[in-house]
Amino acid sequence: MRQTIVRDVSDLPTYGYGPRSGPWWGAMGFMALEGMGFAVAIGAYLYLYAVNPSWPIGASPPDLWPGTVETVIYVLSIIPNEFTNRAAHRQDLAKVRIGLIVMALIGIALLVLRGFEFAHLNTRWDNSAYGSIVWLILGLHTTHLATDLGDTVVLAVLMFTRHAKPRRFSDVTDNVFYWNFVVLAWLPLYVLLDWVPRL
Amino acid sequence: MSIAAEPNDLRDDVLNGLQLSTQLERVWRTPSGWMGALMAVDHKVVGRRYIVTAFVFLLLGGILAVLMRVQLAGPEKTFLSADKYNQVFTMHGSTMMFLFAVPVMEAFAVYLVPLMVGTRNIAFPRLNAFSYWMFLFGGCFLWISFLFNVGPDVGWFSYVPLSSLQFTPTKRADVWAQMITFTEVAALAVAVEIVVTVFKLRAPGMTLDRIPLFVWAMLVTAFLVMFAMPSIMVASTSLILDRLVNTRFYDSSSGGHPLLWQHLFWFFGHPEVYIIFIPGTGMVSAILATFARRPVIGYPVVILSLIATGFLSFGLWVHHMFVTGLPQLGAALFTASSMLIAVPSGLQIFCWLATLWDGRPVYRTPLLFVIGFIVIFVLGGLSGVMVASVPIDTQVHDTYFVVAHFHYVLIGGAVFPLIGAVYYWFPKIAGRMLSERLGRWNFWLAFIGFNVAFFPMHILGLIGMPRRVYTYTADMDWAHLNLLSSGGALIFALSFALLLVNVIYSLRKGELAGDNPWDASTLEWATSSPPPPQNFDRIPVVKHRDPLWADSESLPVVAGLSAERREVLLTSLAEAEPQIREASPEPSIWPLLAAIATTIFFIGSIFTPWAVLWGTPPMAVTLIGWFWPTGSKEDEE
Amino acid sequence: MRVWVRRVLVLCMTWPLAACAGRQSALDPQGPQSGQILHTLFIFLAVAAMVWTAVVIVLGIGMLRRKRSADRPLDLHQAFEERSGRVILALGIATTVIVLGLSLVSYAGQRTVFVKDEKAHTLKIIGHQWWWEVRYEADSPHQSFVTANEIRIPTGQPVKVELESADVIHSFWVPSLTGKMDLIPGQKNELQFTAKNAGVYRGQCAEFCGIQHAHMAFAVIAMSPDEFGRWRDHENQSANSPADQLGKQGEALFRGRGCALCHNISGTLAGGQLGPDLTHIGSRTTIAAGTLPNTPATLGAWIADPQHIKPGNLMPKMPLQSDELIAIIHYLEQLK
Repeated sequence: MRQTIVRDVSDLPTYGYGPRSGPWWGAMGFMALEGMGFAVAIGAYLYLYAVNPSWPIGASPPDLWPGTVETVIYVLSIIPNEFTNRAAHRQDLAKVRIGLIVMALIGIALLVLRGFEFAHLNTRWDNSAYGSIVWLILGLHTTHLATDLGDTVVLAVLMFTRHAKPRRFSDVTDNVFYWNFVVLAWLPLYVLLDWVPRL
Repeated sequence: MSIAAEPNDLRDDVLNGLQLSTQLERVWRTPSGWMGALMAVDHKVVGRRYIVTAFVFLLLGGILAVLMRVQLAGPEKTFLSADKYNQVFTMHGSTMMFLFAVPVMEAFAVYLVPLMVGTRNIAFPRLNAFSYWMFLFGGCFLWISFLFNVGPDVGWFSYVPLSSLQFTPTKRADVWAQMITFTEVAALAVAVEIVVTVFKLRAPGMTLDRIPLFVWAMLVTAFLVMFAMPSIMVASTSLILDRLVNTRFYDSSSGGHPLLWQHLFWFFGHPEVYIIFIPGTGMVSAILATFARRPVIGYPVVILSLIATGFLSFGLWVHHMFVTGLPQLGAALFTASSMLIAVPSGLQIFCWLATLWDGRPVYRTPLLFVIGFIVIFVLGGLSGVMVASVPIDTQVHDTYFVVAHFHYVLIGGAVFPLIGAVYYWFPKIAGRMLSERLGRWNFWLAFIGFNVAFFPMHILGLIGMPRRVYTYTADMDWAHLNLLSSGGALIFALSFALLLVNVIYSLRKGELAGDNPWDASTLEWATSSPPPPQNFDRIPVVKHRDPLWADSESLPVVAGLSAERREVLLTSLAEAEPQIREASPEPSIWPLLAAIATTIFFIGSIFTPWAVLWGTPPMAVTLIGWFWPTGSKEDEE
Repeated sequence: MRVWVRRVLVLCMTWPLAACAGRQSALDPQGPQSGQILHTLFIFLAVAAMVWTAVVIVLGIGMLRRKRSADRPLDLHQAFEERSGRVILALGIATTVIVLGLSLVSYAGQRTVFVKDEKAHTLKIIGHQWWWEVRYEADSPHQSFVTANEIRIPTGQPVKVELESADVIHSFWVPSLTGKMDLIPGQKNELQFTAKNAGVYRGQCAEFCGIQHAHMAFAVIAMSPDEFGRWRDHENQSANSPADQLGKQGEALFRGRGCALCHNISGTLAGGQLGPDLTHIGSRTTIAAGTLPNTPATLGAWIADPQHIKPGNLMPKMPLQSDELIAIIHYLEQLK
């Protein structure tokens, strides 16, 4: 078929930020389906809560302090996360490096705290259905935490190599975006795991 | 934020004709040799593999169906033992649902959607390759287990506590649960690719109301996958945890509940039906427009119906649980919501009937299958309305009536359109036409065989035959109808053999197709058959919902994309305004390695929980390898 | 065309109805519940048949009617487009009305089917892989007894079965009396039904429950209230003592060869709880959960090798000499 050129796109940029870029939508898609995973797990928790006359089953509620400390850190981590985001948009390599290192350290701190949280759940996964669903939900969120931490560390390392090119700043903003999801997903889980058993 | 293009970058505006084609082909081709094949990221190569693999699983699942029909052809037959039969029906259902129906629909989307929206490759091509490998390995894992007599035997919905460690102490249920994990990872990945491809990779000018109906259907399907499959992931994970590390999700003596499994399973399982059926409707719309020689009437009605069907499909899972002792009023509400889904399905059918009414139909094989679809699917939909009624369901639930119903829906609603789609798009994929003569035989054998096989099952269910029985006694009066059904099944099986013959014959001897053998209107027909690695030499500009009918003389295109590296054009979500020339990944071996590492992790973890520890580092390494920049030009901008 | 379609339709509709006299058929209602369900089913069937016929007729006419000529696919008649839009909308509304109407019909039927009668005879049914434990529980323990795979009920009186499971999910289904209900571990379900006439109504497990799901049948035997009362009094009694030497030998073997580890025979030392209660096995019509008729020959074949008849079931094959087998059969046959 004959072709007629009606438009020239050669002056378009070769990468972009946010909803203009492809990977942002990919991250969005995965967040949607992972968010659905959390929603289903929460649904399972509430189902078991509804069918059991006593809750938590044969255990005391989790100790409050690990989850609460984590929640505070999660909320505060939005600040350095946003700092990294802005630095990436400005393509300020030095600040992006600092931001990524700070975020990696926060991630490690949260992972350590998560260890304490598991230890202070006051139930084991094989004690009862209550223990099982609590461990499943916390495990699911920990997987997200660990994955994002891994991504942050890899990006941080990348930013110290010769590959620290402008295109990578878009990747940094996607990482920032995903961290916000990890934080956002945690908040209802904190209420569910630490407060619902105290109702 | 915009980086000016390097001045010496070779663009497609300075090249023309053959020169441009050759140059783009060099850039976009899949490397040759074994290594090249393993590195492939071209959506057409991956899509073709996906389609062929899914059809191989159809063949295997179909052979199992024939085995079951032989066993049930008469009373008290000993062709299959009880143990073997239970494995066979479980494998049939699991294979057809997880290894054929969902993958084959996604496979067609992987092949066709990028062509239909006018781009060069799917979004995230490496993820696409990874997805295929996961699907392949998961399917092989299931079937190899079956051949070693460790095939699952607890039904395709694997109800607890039958599938718990106590009642299935062998590895059979683990195999089932982990196969689910494999195929869901694959399906979810493809779903995200489809969404992003449709959102961001559409040709300039393909506004939301110019997207082909097939693409709309696949978009809605992708969303259904994204929101339905996490539920089965949670379900299969918790099942396997119960079995491996003694969690108590489904143990009623420790606060767990067997019905939690059913809720999780059917919250996925009902949308699953629409994940299979909605792509079928997309195929019907595509075929119907071409062969009725006019656009489908009610384009916005069809799209709204698809979206409404998608939403409603999440609100009726409970109708699979009407006999579990639910509160009566609650059950009745699910009756109403289940029946309500007949409205959007009905609207689509009315649109198609009107299209055929006004069109000037050309009765080629694809259209025959679409007509067969309408006749069969409407019957299946209506028996679905019956099953949605609580009192009726208490009789027909778990009987052959339901077996008849869902085969009318799934084979009528998805397989008939799919076979029509094979006849319709084969020329594009293979460059040659399928034989029309064999096609007609194929259709009539399929149509007659199907109805003879499955219609009697309605009656069998009503006269008391439950599902999933490996035999029955002569005094139950089920023998004649079963024999009839088995005869029909053989005819139906023959029709697939004929399709296979047709494909093999036509691949060599079929008439050459040319770019647009059916004079169809969508963009996949604007390029050669089979399409070159770059799909289009220049990205088309869309000015009409039926671009090739609106302007059959010349194709408006854009220029300015790179001709020496892989670049795709990103456009805005609603208006499809060009925004970015984004790099598209090169072939890579890492997706395969990542899939192998993930496979080791998944299979290892059903034997020891420690696999979660030693299985993770290899996965992490392969993923870092996958995403680490290679130093190629587009990585470095 | 139209006539042909109608004929096929009439054939399709009447054929199943003609074949309704099965042993286990939803089309052969013997009680108010199954009658109501069939009534609802007919209403749905009639609507479905009309809709399907209408669609096929429209499809047929659409295919066969003379077509306007147009050279290009996009030469559309605006008037037709608008009119078809209105027709589609109207049909959409009609569909909505039909399904809402059917929902109401369904709900009305549902309320009749699941009506509860507080005075109903109550008995408990516990599902096992792959047989049915039937417990008649009265206020006084002396009035309570246990049987298996055969449920005797009085005619004309509502019966309530409480459904539980000892292992996996099963489903209780006697199509000629009512629809099915699952037996779920950790949950108590119940179902009420009434048998109009005396007779034997076959039922079968409807939820896949493992390797011998196909052989998990039972019989509901409806008898006149008087007869039922006599039967219940008889069941309340302990097992007959063996009348002859061979029977006594059989009783001893029953205990000595391990049968008593799983089976209970009231009034004897055999008190196993894993398998069906055999106190009155001699008066039951079938054995192995409706798999075989109860005769000395089938009983012998079953005891000699249960795994041959029902592969994978939980009753092991016991090494028995043929004279020992004969003694045990003789003993069991006397347990009327």
